[in-house]
Amino acid sequence: MATPVTEQAVRHDSDPAYAARIEHVSKSFGRPGARQQVLDDITLDVAPGEFVCLLGASGCGKSTLLNLVAGLDEPTAGAIATPGGRPALMFQEHALFPWLTAGRNVELALRMRGVPRAERRERAEELLELVRLKGAHGKRVHELSGGMRQRVAMARALAQDSQLLLMDEPFAALDAITRDVLHEELTRIWAETGVSVLFVTHNVREAVRLAQRVVLLSSRPGRVAHQWTVDFPQPRRIEDAAVADLSVEITEQLREEIRRHGQH
Amino acid sequence: MASTETTTATPPTAAAEDTAKDTTGATAKAVSKDAGKATSGADRPDHLAGLEAGLDALETRAAAKVPVWQLLRTKALPPVLAVALVIVVWQLAYHFQVKPHYDLPSPADVAGSLHQMWLQGQLLGYIWTSVSRGALGFVVAVLIGTPLGLLVARVAPVRAAIGPILSGLQSMPSVAWVPAAIIWFGLNDSTIYAVVLLGAVPSIANGLVSGVDQVPPLFLRAGRTIGATGLRGVRHVLLPAALPGYLAGLKQGWAFSWRSLMAAEIIATSPDLGTGLGQLLENARTNQDMPSVLAAIGLILVVGIGIELLVFRPMERRVLRSRGLQPGGA
Ligand SMILES: Nc1ncnc2c1ncn2[C@@H]1O[C@H](COP(=O)(O)OP(=O)(O)O)[C@@H](O)[C@H]1O
Ligand SMILES: [Mg+2]
Repeated sequence: MATPVTEQAVRHDSDPAYAARIEHVSKSFGRPGARQQVLDDITLDVAPGEFVCLLGASGCGKSTLLNLVAGLDEPTAGAIATPGGRPALMFQEHALFPWLTAGRNVELALRMRGVPRAERRERAEELLELVRLKGAHGKRVHELSGGMRQRVAMARALAQDSQLLLMDEPFAALDAITRDVLHEELTRIWAETGVSVLFVTHNVREAVRLAQRVVLLSSRPGRVAHQWTVDFPQPRRIEDAAVADLSVEITEQLREEIRRHGQH
Repeated sequence: MASTETTTATPPTAAAEDTAKDTTGATAKAVSKDAGKATSGADRPDHLAGLEAGLDALETRAAAKVPVWQLLRTKALPPVLAVALVIVVWQLAYHFQVKPHYDLPSPADVAGSLHQMWLQGQLLGYIWTSVSRGALGFVVAVLIGTPLGLLVARVAPVRAAIGPILSGLQSMPSVAWVPAAIIWFGLNDSTIYAVVLLGAVPSIANGLVSGVDQVPPLFLRAGRTIGATGLRGVRHVLLPAALPGYLAGLKQGWAFSWRSLMAAEIIATSPDLGTGLGQLLENARTNQDMPSVLAAIGLILVVGIGIELLVFRPMERRVLRSRGLQPGGA
């Protein structure tokens, strides 16, 4: 490793409570002989209520890591613990079910969690209100705009009532104006619900705009290359000078990581 | 999606201006100076709610309503014209005696034959006999074809074993089963139902298999993250997601049921079996009653198309519409 790893991470050795603990996790794909190592010895904690952004170039293994935390795949080595139960996961695509209305999508998540029928409707209305989609319960998915779909997806994720919300570039396909608004919404919802968020992005400014801590992954294999704590207060704006300053620093580091791959 | 923010390595002020162009049109500095346009503080949620409502309104498209007369003109008129054209050509062929009149009766003769059956009070009985057989056979075929299709789609060894056979059976004309079925079951309803099932089950099962194959993996992953795993995943995610393909299979399954039924009815005629449309056709042929032969053919066609139009087309349309998909093809 050419770059020194700055360990500014909030360690919780004294406090065993964490929303997610990723310990020495490695992941390889492919058959023996032609194996591709995607993640190498990742160790990372997400504290309860913490907002962590996972940053890295395309193909560095961010989605792979998130899938592992979500339990959709098994690590090749290492261990992952999510004491708050099955984490909620949001994708870049809204992944809402088109055969259900917006409200029913949310209700399905409640139903799978065992919420009794009588409460589901009301809970779903509350969650839709939380993402400011009051009255959208009966709307079909195709009748909603891109930003509204992602908000319904957020409501569905929150319906799982998980301690941990995993987000895989959830706003990457939205236009800049909508994305900016959803950043504000997410910050507000995170503050209101106290949920822990592990947010994946390749967008440096987005990471700095949202996170309390930014974790930079290197590529091939993915390792934790750098971490930054972002301590200026929310609500932030993506245009804030402080966000811009730190973004420049992080971008420099990210470019350094990418450059290393062109050298051999 | 290349986003401009990621690529900025410019000094902070320039970067701020860059992004501002992307978003609100006001630089970060200007905003902090201008208290009137406050974007932070207590009034911010309201401001955001209004902004969001505006975005939602701008991006949501209204469903266009097509007037009824236009629907009639574009959807109902062309087939009516086509049928009228066929009748005109037929009448001309009759008029110029392309075939002798006892071989090619006029449209009016055929209508007269139908009218006769109606007066004798038998017409609806013939139709009912066939439709009830077809419907019962179809329902049983659905009950067998659905779990079969699900097994083939989801269990790899089952698929390897009987997947190709199922596809092969689908392209086999089920009339070929009639002689064997008569020998096995005799001239009774069992023969007819056996042939109908052999015709319909493979296409229903195959429809479900292709429906399941076309389910986007993203839906399955989304289902798993909300806890829809195992049988619950099948019920709440896999089956609804596969519904369009399944419905297409059902529609085809009905067509196969009806075809197989007619083949069986024409060949397996016996006084013990009630008279359906197939038997009507066969009896008319034995009596050299050409108007009745054509009337029976017409009935078989009309009932087959009618059930597709009245039952399957609306079902498919509803499912596709509710998902924001356009019903493809005519
Ligand atoms: N199921 C898989 N099988 C084989 N290779 C995979 C699989 N999933 C991801 N990869 C590989 O792992 C690498 C990282 O992928 P991904 O986690 O999607 O990156 P990111 O989300 O950071 O863009 C890529 O090179 C990709 O080709
Ligand atoms: Mg990814």
